Amino acid sequence: MGNILWTLWGVFAPLSLVTIGGGQATVAEIHRQVVDVHQWMTAQEFLNTFAIARLAPGPGSLLVTLIGWDVGGLWGAVVGTIAIFGPTAFLIYAVAYVWRRHQGARWQLALEAGLRPIAAGMILAAVYVLFMSLEGGWWARAIAVVATVLMMRTRLNPLLLIACGAGALSAAHVAGLV
Amino acid sequence: MQIENVDVGPKPSAWSLFLIFSRIGLSSFGGGLSGWFYREFVQDRKWMSEEDFLNGLALSQALPGVNVKNMAIWIGYRLAGARGAVAGFMGIIVPPAIFIILLATVFAALTEYSITNIALAGAAAAAIGLSASMAITTAIRVPRRLLPWIFVVTTFVAVGILQWPLLWVVLGEGVLSVGIEYARLLRKGA
Repeated sequence: MGNILWTLWGVFAPLSLVTIGGGQATVAEIHRQVVDVHQWMTAQEFLNTFAIARLAPGPGSLLVTLIGWDVGGLWGAVVGTIAIFGPTAFLIYAVAYVWRRHQGARWQLALEAGLRPIAAGMILAAVYVLFMSLEGGWWARAIAVVATVLMMRTRLNPLLLIACGAGALSAAHVAGLV
Repeated sequence: MQIENVDVGPKPSAWSLFLIFSRIGLSSFGGGLSGWFYREFVQDRKWMSEEDFLNGLALSQALPGVNVKNMAIWIGYRLAGARGAVAGFMGIIVPPAIFIILLATVFAALTEYSITNIALAGAAAAAIGLSASMAITTAIRVPRRLLPWIFVVTTFVAVGILQWPLLWVVLGEGVLSVGIEYARLLRKGA
């Protein structure tokens, strides 16, 4: 048991350090480790677990919590969660701390001004990839566009927006349109 | 250098931050968490300036680690110091982690209905609205100069269309972009 926990840590802690932007980029590597290298799950089991992670609210990287749960029970879930979220938490904390201490320093202004265009490009790219991979065809894309306009123009509660999206696509499905 | 706090308005306690992050963590079906944070902390509660939020978002994207968690720590620290950072981290991870395990135990029953998957696809489509409005806000705030926009476009193309590894794109473009801004500030004597 202790062995499994160490292995979980050994797989996911290093992975957390190369996770940049969304957690999506690491899914392929997680798949390789879990299915091919350690054979903790079959490809189908991995797909099912991935589907639950997408179904659930919260950070998508909770996928690792579920893998830990499957592989090592409660402690597996705890170790997996700490491994993927923990190590880099100290990094952003340190940066937030230093940022407050040196507000207005030239290097800080340069980092802010220099990184913001990169971040904008990354977020736009993430939205583009999500949009292109939407299930549900043009109906889903229409929902995405309408939701974007509503978010920009109104103060609609996001949860209501998401419930409407789920309802609209379900209705289209029942009506035989999707 | 000690500076006074530039943010206005009353500051929340670490506990209330934990509750807010928990609520977002438990209701953000379909993703788009940055958009949820933006709506909650900048637009609705006005606890944080847009400027401060976008700086945190840029750093969260560029630094290693799941960016949603980075952003929760950044917001928590800005609003309530070290305790706030812990509250943000715990709130966005622990309750959703417990929920996802509960969900996994009943999941076998849920997936048998295709309507579950359709509803999820609809939720994901609507959640794009949150991410996209966040993306648009971020882009609107990029200065209207040629060089920053070259970086926006090249990052988008490299990551979104060519699907190059994020790590190298961020390193390469980041160093270049920050270096150029630094030189510009030097010239301006800032």
